[in-house]
Formats: sequence, C-alpha cells, structure tokens
Amino acid sequence: MPYNYMMSAALKRIIKSGWRDFKRNNGLSVATIFIMVMTISLVTSLFLSQKTFNFLIVSLEDKVDMAVYFTEEPTNEEILTIQAELFHLPEVKKLEYISKEEALAKFTERHAGEEVIMESLAEVGGNPLLSSINIKAWEASQYAAISAFLDTASFNDLIAKVDYSQKKPVIERLFSLTSNINTTGIVLSIILALVAVLIAFNTVRIAIYNSKEEIETMRLVGASDWFIRGPFMVQGIISGLWAVLITFLIFSAAVYFLSPKVAIIVPGLNLSSFFFSNFLVILLLQLAAGVGLGVIASWLAVRKHLII
Amino acid sequence: MIFMISFQKVSKTFQSRLKPIHALEEVSFEVQPGEFVSIVGRSGSGKTTLLKLLLAEEDPSSGAIFFNDQDIHQIKSDKLHKLRREIGVVFQDYKLFPSKTTYENIAYVMEVMGASDREIKNDVAKVLELVQLTDRKDSFPEELSGGERQRAAIARALIHRPQVILADEPTGNLDPYHTRDIIKLLVKLNEMGTTIILATHNQEVINSLEKRVITLEEGKVIRDEKKGRFAI
Repeated sequence: MPYNYMMSAALKRIIKSGWRDFKRNNGLSVATIFIMVMTISLVTSLFLSQKTFNFLIVSLEDKVDMAVYFTEEPTNEEILTIQAELFHLPEVKKLEYISKEEALAKFTERHAGEEVIMESLAEVGGNPLLSSINIKAWEASQYAAISAFLDTASFNDLIAKVDYSQKKPVIERLFSLTSNINTTGIVLSIILALVAVLIAFNTVRIAIYNSKEEIETMRLVGASDWFIRGPFMVQGIISGLWAVLITFLIFSAAVYFLSPKVAIIVPGLNLSSFFFSNFLVILLLQLAAGVGLGVIASWLAVRKHLII
Repeated sequence: MIFMISFQKVSKTFQSRLKPIHALEEVSFEVQPGEFVSIVGRSGSGKTTLLKLLLAEEDPSSGAIFFNDQDIHQIKSDKLHKLRREIGVVFQDYKLFPSKTTYENIAYVMEVMGASDREIKNDVAKVLELVQLTDRKDSFPEELSGGERQRAAIARALIHRPQVILADEPTGNLDPYHTRDIIKLLVKLNEMGTTIILATHNQEVINSLEKRVITLEEGKVIRDEKKGRFAI
C-alpha cells in the first residue's frame, strides 16, 4: 500500500526512535557513555599534556641565549650595524645590545653588596667589561647555525669571544630533550588515542551486536538501510553528547582545583586560564571525539548486519 | 495467464562441513494473484527455505524466482526493501522486536513505509482489535504468551495490506481455538484479495481449508493439487 513518504517525517521518526531506544536500553547506554567518557578524557588529557609540554619546552628554551662579546676596537655604531646584520638571520628571534657602560652598570648593581668583587673592580680600574650582543634563537637547535655564521662573518675579527662553546652541551642536551619529549609525546598520544577509540568502538559494536537479530528483522519487514541505521546513529550521537557533557564538567572542576597546584610545579603555567581560554577548541575536540566516534562506530557496526 | 509468483527450477544447497545439504531441488510452481496456497511437508522438507527464497533472505543455488515478473534475486541489496514491502511475513519464531511494545511492533512496518501518524493510529487500532490484542498493546513481547506473540506477528504482517502474506507455521504455538481464529483471519484476508502462502504441517488446518496444496518431500515437489488434502 503506497503512502505519501515525507523525508522530514521519516527523520523525526528516526530521532524519536533513537531517543526511545536510548532510554529503554539504559544499562547499555550507561556503559557506552562510561567508555566514551574515558575515551574523551584521554583525548582531552593528551591535548592538555601536549600544551603543558609545549609550555615547558618554550619556557626552557626561553632561558637559553647566546652572547657575542666584542673587542675594544668597534665603536657603538659599528656594533649596531653588526646587530642589524644579525637581525636578518632567519634563526634569530631577539637581539639585545649591551654596551660596555651598560654592562658595567648592571655588574655594579648586581654585586653592590659584595665588597671583595667591588674592591677588585676598583683595583683593575676603568671598565674591564666588553660590549656584547645577546642573541635568542627561535629554537635551541638553531644556535649551532648562528655560531657557524659568526665564525665566517666579515666582522669576525671584531669578536672577542662567543659563549656558545661553553653553553653548547647545555643547549644540545636541551635540544635533544625537547625533541625526545615531542616525539615520545606524539607517538604515545597516537597509541593511546587509538586504543581509546578501539575500546569505545568495540563497546558500541557489542551494544549493536545485541540488536543483530532485530536489525535483520527490520530488513526483512521492508525497512530501508537508513531507517535501520538512523536510530542507532542517533543513539550514538546522544551517548556522545552525554559523554562530552560529563567529561567537560569533570575537566572544568579538575582544572579549577588543580590549577594552583600545577602552577607550583610548573611556574608560569596557568592551566585554568589555558583551559577556559581554549574552551571552544577543547569542546570541539571533545565533540569530535564523542559524537564522531558514536556516529562512525554505529554506522560501521550496523552495516555489518545489513547484508541480508 | 498472469502469475504473481513463479518458481522456475529452483534449487538450494547449503554447504555443511560433512556434505552438502540439498534443501530444495528443481522446484517449479506458479501462484496467481489472490490464491491461497498451502505448502506442506515434514520438518526439513524445505518449506521454510522456500519462503526465505521468496523473501530474498537466501539466494537460490540455481533457478529463478519471479515476483510480479521481476527476478527477485537480480534486485540490488539497497532496493530489496521495496520488494519486501509488498510481502507480509509471519515468521515461525515470530521475530518480534523485543525492545518495542506490541503497538510499536505493528506500527513499525507502516512507519518504514512513510504512513502518517494518523494513518498509523487508525490502522494499528483496527488490526489490534482484529487479532484481539487491544488490551496488550503496551506490553513487550516477553510479556506476551506464545499465542499472543503469534497474533502480534500476524498483525505486523498484514498491517500494511501487502500483496502477499507468507505465513510460516502461524498456528504452531496456538491452541485449537486460536488456530481456528487465525486461519479464519487468513481466509478473510484472502477473500479480500491478498495472496496467502501458508507453510504448515497442521493436518486439520489443511483439510479444513480445501485450497491448493503443494506437498514437499526432501526438497522436491511431489504433489500440487487444486483442492488438496494433507497426505504425507
């Protein structure tokens, strides 16, 4: 018997049916949401950890610099010309010129209370300190390239010393550490995310496997693939949304309470401010993980039982 | 002559580990629109396989099955639902949806076909009354007795007024009183123009019907009589 088929009515029925089945299979729904909360929590944790590591790396790298000390020969103007030349290097992030006078003023200020040092300075007489340029590179790995440039630069004979060789082991260690943290972090994140996704996917698959016979009967009484698949996908979306909501609340509370403690371990890192300023990105990431997982897992799991 | 259903030398072999099982062998027959055909035979004679082939739940090993001149096993998987909407099925094991109420089980077929809420409400109420399940409409299948499940399955098969109803042992779990009612209902639907294909091994039912009987034995048609009697 033909009926006047309306797409909007069918969609309404699919959503209604999905919601009803979600409520009726409450045991399975709760189990699915629980696993999804775990998965989304893991994905969110990986995201926050990555950001924390990045912050740590940046703050460590920020503490490293390189100083070029000049002989007595160049004038201030000549050093400023050299500074301009260095500024064009792509590896250079920041430059700071410290003249002989500024160096002495800083030295005197720093050691004001230390009589022995101040007496020694007076004994030497005049200003024994050298003009210098402090160089900050974008990354720890770039100091070697800057050092190589200085070795072959036209103004090399005006350079008294570069403190790179003293700092080289520290810089190289830092470079190796940051690159190791990055690589390990990425590999670990991918593995953990995959494990979490597979567990969540299997939970949805098992839940749908329970309805295997029901799906086959739906096919036999004339339901189209979409009419069968739809309610399961709606259940996946609802489970995903619930999981996102729960995870978001858990993380909001955890970040709010843990932020002061994290700030003690990692000075300068305000986890709470980072979390709430990245609210949309984190929410979208969680929605993509939760709803995406629910929809894709349901779609694939139902497909297997539609071959009849 | 116009045929609604035509089986042409249909064989079906299931591969088992020990040896192949020939469920049907070169079965040929035709059914005209509005006919009432009983398929009889012992358990394992191929009755259920025959119905499964007609519903395209299984593919034949050889031969062809036509429904309204269309070779049903040439229909693509994503278009099969259109064929199945022309057929109402009463499954031997009911196959009611366990998570849906009696009302929802019956309404489901109309929903997938796109009937309006009003049409569904009206028609389901009528069919529930017909199978005497009005007061059980909100019960889930597990809360129904065997006979009530059977009647719910019949209601689901006829709700959308299909061209043909396939009934696989529809009285298998019923007492004589309810058996008579169900058969009366099938006869009534047949009189209204619906083609009925009834697979059963209930001797009394077949003999009381005085309709066409196709007898299967070991997957072969051994008799096809216009006003047949149960003889196996």
